[in-house]
Amino acid sequence: MAQEYDRRTIEELVDGTIGFPKLKEMLSSFKDPGRFDTYVSILQERVPWDDKILLPYGEHLYVVLKKDGSRVIKCDCGHEFGDYRQNWKLNALVYVRDDEQKMAELYPKLLAPDPQWQVIREYYCPGCGTQLEVEAVTPWYPVIHDYEPDIDAFYEQWLGRPVPKP
Amino acid sequence: MAIRESDLAAKQTKTIGWNGKTLKEMRREIDELTKETGYYAGLEKLPFKESEPIRFEKIFAKLRGGVVHARETAKRVAASPIVEQEGELCFTLYTPEGDSVVTSTGIIIHVGTMGSAIKFMIENDYEENPGIEPGDIFCNNDCQVGNVHPCDVHTIVPIFWEGEVVGWVGGVTHVIDTGATAPGSMCVGPVTRYDDGYQIACRKIGRNDELLRDWLVESQRSIRTTKYWLLDERTRVAGCHMIRDLVLSIIEEEGIDAYKQFIRELIEEGRRGLINRLKAMTVPGKYRQVAFVDVPYRHPDVDVPPYAKVDTIMHAPSEITINPDGSWELSFDGASRWGWHSYNAQPIAFTSGIWVMMTQTLIPNDRVNDGAVYATQFVLPEGGWMKPDDIRTAHSYAWHFLVSAWSPLWRGLSRAYFSRGYLEEVNAGNANTSNWLQGGGFNQYDTIHAVNSFEAAAEGTGASAVRDGLDHAAAIWNPEGDMGDMEIWELAEPLLYLGRSIKPNTGGYGKYRGGCGYETLRMVWNAKDWTMFFMGNGYMSSDCGLMGGYPAAAGYRFEAHGTDLKERFEKRLPFPQGGDPNPDDPQYEKVLESKEIKRDKQAITTEAIFENYDLYLNYLRGGPGFGDPLERKPEHIEADLNGGYLLPEYAEKVYGAVFTRDEKGRYHVDPKKTEERRKQIRQERLKRGKPTREWMKKERERILRKEAAVQVQHMYASSFSLSEKFLNEFRTFWNLPESWVVTEEELEVPTFGSKLKLTESI
Repeated sequence: MAQEYDRRTIEELVDGTIGFPKLKEMLSSFKDPGRFDTYVSILQERVPWDDKILLPYGEHLYVVLKKDGSRVIKCDCGHEFGDYRQNWKLNALVYVRDDEQKMAELYPKLLAPDPQWQVIREYYCPGCGTQLEVEAVTPWYPVIHDYEPDIDAFYEQWLGRPVPKP
Repeated sequence: MAIRESDLAAKQTKTIGWNGKTLKEMRREIDELTKETGYYAGLEKLPFKESEPIRFEKIFAKLRGGVVHARETAKRVAASPIVEQEGELCFTLYTPEGDSVVTSTGIIIHVGTMGSAIKFMIENDYEENPGIEPGDIFCNNDCQVGNVHPCDVHTIVPIFWEGEVVGWVGGVTHVIDTGATAPGSMCVGPVTRYDDGYQIACRKIGRNDELLRDWLVESQRSIRTTKYWLLDERTRVAGCHMIRDLVLSIIEEEGIDAYKQFIRELIEEGRRGLINRLKAMTVPGKYRQVAFVDVPYRHPDVDVPPYAKVDTIMHAPSEITINPDGSWELSFDGASRWGWHSYNAQPIAFTSGIWVMMTQTLIPNDRVNDGAVYATQFVLPEGGWMKPDDIRTAHSYAWHFLVSAWSPLWRGLSRAYFSRGYLEEVNAGNANTSNWLQGGGFNQYDTIHAVNSFEAAAEGTGASAVRDGLDHAAAIWNPEGDMGDMEIWELAEPLLYLGRSIKPNTGGYGKYRGGCGYETLRMVWNAKDWTMFFMGNGYMSSDCGLMGGYPAAAGYRFEAHGTDLKERFEKRLPFPQGGDPNPDDPQYEKVLESKEIKRDKQAITTEAIFENYDLYLNYLRGGPGFGDPLERKPEHIEADLNGGYLLPEYAEKVYGAVFTRDEKGRYHVDPKKTEERRKQIRQERLKRGKPTREWMKKERERILRKEAAVQVQHMYASSFSLSEKFLNEFRTFWNLPESWVVTEEELEVPTFGSKLKLTESI
């Protein structure tokens, strides 16, 4: 049977302060089905806004439920990127490292990608300037829509309960 | 006396399948039942497992323990360090139809490849000719039949019980040489299968448990490293026979009917197991990601035929669809075409190998069998580099593209793990598992020899959402990674170590950084007629970071020829030692005179002559990072600086660290000043960042003007030619006219293979 972990352990996991023996135990054990609820409640407690978190989407990003029933991707600084089915990066700020000088800020020249082959795109939150995603792609590459969760199927069919409503 | 016709007729009617069937009939039956019902072999229920779970587990434990034991024992027969030191071998038990039941540890990509060879023999009526009999030994390493690359040589043995085939056992080792155009087993030179070395297409090589003499003669004359080949083969045969004996003893103990039911149910259980794991750990939905690998073949140091002298890029976009019922689809639509290089892959290598990676994340248990394959729908583009539509393709280093293409899948799944709160499972990606130091000639023992340094088995791993990736630790293709002992490599290779060091800045930066790679400086010593070459990514990093983390560093090469090292040693003068921590500030050259030094980003080369006292830097890559680097804890940056994992200049530029250095040379990061500096950097980001949609308008103009290097355009042209869908999505995203396209013809590069194909005759 899967072991459930207490709230404090999950907090340590989120904070990256968890000890290695506990982490190893987690890696080696069956997954605890209650993790999602504990995790979301920890994150909900920490964000400075009241919208309900439906799904943690990425580091600093959440799919939240708005009062009008819409679901949007939101940064923990409060900036909203729009409908959760759309690519949030299109509403972010982007900085493209496409020449040797910009690459040299990251790596010694011989360790850097050659901008004739590859560029590095940094996506920042317009609200807080956090770097939320980095793409290492060829020039011309469409902005990648990384993740489209099926939240309804997740709640209703996998968690066995309705998706929260306003 | 001539063979009587009546004997021949009797032999033809004798079947070796169950209940008077042929193996071909059994294969068809399994496929039809599985397709009709959605359950493997139509097993809607698992009566054996459900009624006698302990007996069921007991049989599994005996089989699994047996195949692992066979691997551990048999590898001691080998002499090759690749097998004996690095464990590059694997044994798998199959059903009579070629579906895998249980596999050992090791290079478990072969859980499916040897099954593919068995299916090939069944499909091509080996039951009739050359016949399948007790005591037979078969061999395969043909990539188009079902192999990763020719150096993975398979030995396959049927298991009979009272005249029926009750299964097969396959053993594989990575041999050190295959008689290809260059020594070293995974060489760069081949551009067709005819350059790839000795290929054996499912051939009967033994009868009555003995290898045939004609086989021994021919195989010994077809490869360079005869002793290793012979002992590797003995290793495989020994392991196969150990497992065959084990299976027969289990049948004796449990009964044949129980065994037959068990193997079917175990595979169905594997299918259900994957679905359960997907439901337990992920979120239904779509996950998209991409990987690239540079193929810089126009460089003068890549000596290949003119039609292969093309700079291009491997493109591997992937889309994971996890369905609400827990099944999933892995689509690689949009991938680039196969090419005139040795990095092509056969579909079974692609689909089977994915489980090597999945056993490290989604199914981290010992129940690895074909059940998982039956729960997975693969979409591979016809003519793509992982599904060539031409038998001429070379595959000697198929892994070069494979590992890069799979790694983003792990990154994609990590988004799901992150959503569920299983942060411990998050992995930003994997290292490009290179460089591969390879070559050969006469070694220090004056025998002809080939080398392939498996130091590449210990690369940096990706960061997780909880901690840094492991430094110089593992490789995606073999979870039991080990860099090997220098002393053993020095015995096996005429290359002395002048250094083995952590390579700073090679792990992708992040809140949690990727594991750093390492580097070894090798000096050629006591070799004759010796060549070597480089094999790795150079101009590109092959994986992204995750959620704000950066990709791992890209690659480069350093080699020095005609050095003054002999004289320096005699005069006890300083000489290059240790690593090359900042390649922009070279130190080796300060204590070295050479006729020629190559220090550049051309990390793929064909054979070059290396004389004694020449130098070769083997740089093993790092893994990608996770999260915004500005959130990295100051104490972790301090540890990186003091441990040699990070060059000070980049602690400032990337992490915003403000630090001092004391008189003992130790770094101290000031948390307060660092936080202040980070606030400034965030403001700088807001200033320099452009709204994505605005940037897209300018990029669109560049696309319309076709402003990109030839290799970039060639990649798109090749992907567009295989997938109308990818082309249309590209046009839609960039709002391009319907007529917009890039073709290979307009790039004025050779286009051999783009139109005319040579398909398989058998």
